[in-house]
Amino acid sequence: MTRLRTSAMIASLAADGQKVTTAPFGHTLARLAETRSDIVGMTADLGKYTDLHIFAESHPDRFYQMGMAEQLLMASAAGMAREGFTPFVTTYAVFAARRAYDFIYMAIAEDRLNVKIACALPGLTTGYGPSHQGTDDLAIFRAIPGLVVIDPCDAVDVEQATEAAANHVGPVYMRLLRGHVPRVLDDFAGRFEIGKARLLRDGADVLFISTGILTMRVLEAATALSGDRIDAGVLHMPTVKPLDLAAITAALQRPGRLIIVAENHTTPGGFGEAVLAQAALHGGAAPMRQIALPDAFLDAGALPTLHDRYGISTKTIVERVKAWL
Amino acid sequence: MALTFQPLSGNALADMAQQNRIDTARMFKAAGNGHFGSCYSCADIVTVLYFATLRIDPTNPDWPDRDRFLLSKGHAAPTLYSALIRRGFIPEDWIAEYETHVGARLMTHPSRRYQAGVDASLGSLGHGLSIGVGMALAARLDHKDYMTYVLMGDGEINEGSVWEAAMAAAKYGLGNLVGIIDNNGLCVDGRTDDVMPMGSLVDKWLSFGWEVSRVDGHDLNALLQVLAPRRLMGHDRPHMVIADTVKGKGVSFMEDVRSWHSDSISNTQYAMAMAELGALQ
Repeated sequence: MTRLRTSAMIASLAADGQKVTTAPFGHTLARLAETRSDIVGMTADLGKYTDLHIFAESHPDRFYQMGMAEQLLMASAAGMAREGFTPFVTTYAVFAARRAYDFIYMAIAEDRLNVKIACALPGLTTGYGPSHQGTDDLAIFRAIPGLVVIDPCDAVDVEQATEAAANHVGPVYMRLLRGHVPRVLDDFAGRFEIGKARLLRDGADVLFISTGILTMRVLEAATALSGDRIDAGVLHMPTVKPLDLAAITAALQRPGRLIIVAENHTTPGGFGEAVLAQAALHGGAAPMRQIALPDAFLDAGALPTLHDRYGISTKTIVERVKAWL
Repeated sequence: MALTFQPLSGNALADMAQQNRIDTARMFKAAGNGHFGSCYSCADIVTVLYFATLRIDPTNPDWPDRDRFLLSKGHAAPTLYSALIRRGFIPEDWIAEYETHVGARLMTHPSRRYQAGVDASLGSLGHGLSIGVGMALAARLDHKDYMTYVLMGDGEINEGSVWEAAMAAAKYGLGNLVGIIDNNGLCVDGRTDDVMPMGSLVDKWLSFGWEVSRVDGHDLNALLQVLAPRRLMGHDRPHMVIADTVKGKGVSFMEDVRSWHSDSISNTQYAMAMAELGALQ
């Protein structure tokens, strides 16, 4: 068994030799701020690990270091947004979702303020254990009325979603992929739009409906399955809220294929449940299966091992799909 | 422009503070109950702010240069509503509909969605000072000289977020930010000092890098002095005003009585309160 270095626990998601972009969020934000004087950056001592340091270096006059104080971070961003600025605030998903929730709900979302919350370590993207694994953030943030919730697949999604968030009027929560982020979606037509699903590939036997980095995984799985003469499609839904209900309903109309919802999040209240609810309400007759993290406090360890253990690696997805068919 | 408004002082200011308590009682009577104690301890502070201190314009509630006021102890909303009514931001006849039906425009906590002149929706305690930090930072980035005032309860400052904001305001040298603590000594479950002993508030805020004033929160002249905006004076430290107050101030049977934090009022009690406040029945 390969011994993984500790750095693998902080974890780039990129496979060896995969095309990557470094700090897509930080560079995009710094570029947007060249022409958008309303954009400010704020963090709670995680600028370096959320790629906001790129913005801090290029726009030091509009960067605010709020210290390890996430409640202050969210509410002071609300204050700045109230005065016409567009704050991009960064921390880890766990701290935004679990520690600062009331401040996001009341100070930001109730008044529909233009605060953009970009949070690293979403789902199982670190091996540091439950204190740092944001495996419940989608469920928590889906519960806030009017909040846009985005789970990008790769660097391309991150770049385009950052720009879309800046242009959107209202609050946004975006799961952040940072560091060396794989580029996958360059090879597909279309681009990120808030609230829009993208059919990346069609399939007659299986349709994955996926969000976040699981889209990257199911694309790989679809390629692998084609070697076994299994025709699998991928409907990518980077916006978890508002959900593209029409795209789901349309996908369910086509008979004779297995629908598989896939997300980097635990089962309760996540993306999968949202899709399954839509299917149930609209009488979809297709058989459906779910790929998600278990409803549990997950283990610490090396990320690739954890992805295998919890069933979200490409290899385990392929095995499970074959077993289901 | 309503900037021709003449700030009140002396008896006129004192009368307005009593009017504030009368308006509040009318709202609570309409609803059947309310936070009498919490409102009456800060009625004088809010009156001084709205009738002497704040640079505001009822004809232009979102005027970019206005001073900001955040009622962080949002459960004292009727005190703010009265000030907004008497300054002409919202109509007086809204009093009768306070909390009386779904969709009433005046509710238990202030909301930006319904009320002109309200700078933030508040009610979850511990939010205001952090929001105020953001507004004060924004003023600086916009090169504006407006002040931001945040009124908190003395129980509210148990919240950790208040101290997060305390650190940040000092770090950024926010001389355009003024905090006020309505130090009435009571919260829901008992004496503030029993519920959570805070020690010396003066020492605490000084040690966090704030300038600190302590004042009798019912002495209108003292409040006028200590709350006066310092926008042209180049202050680089945030200012905390610890206002010693009496919960329920102005109605003898409510003063310093814990149960009047929030309670229902009988017709007899209402008549007694209005008489003590000098209301014409």
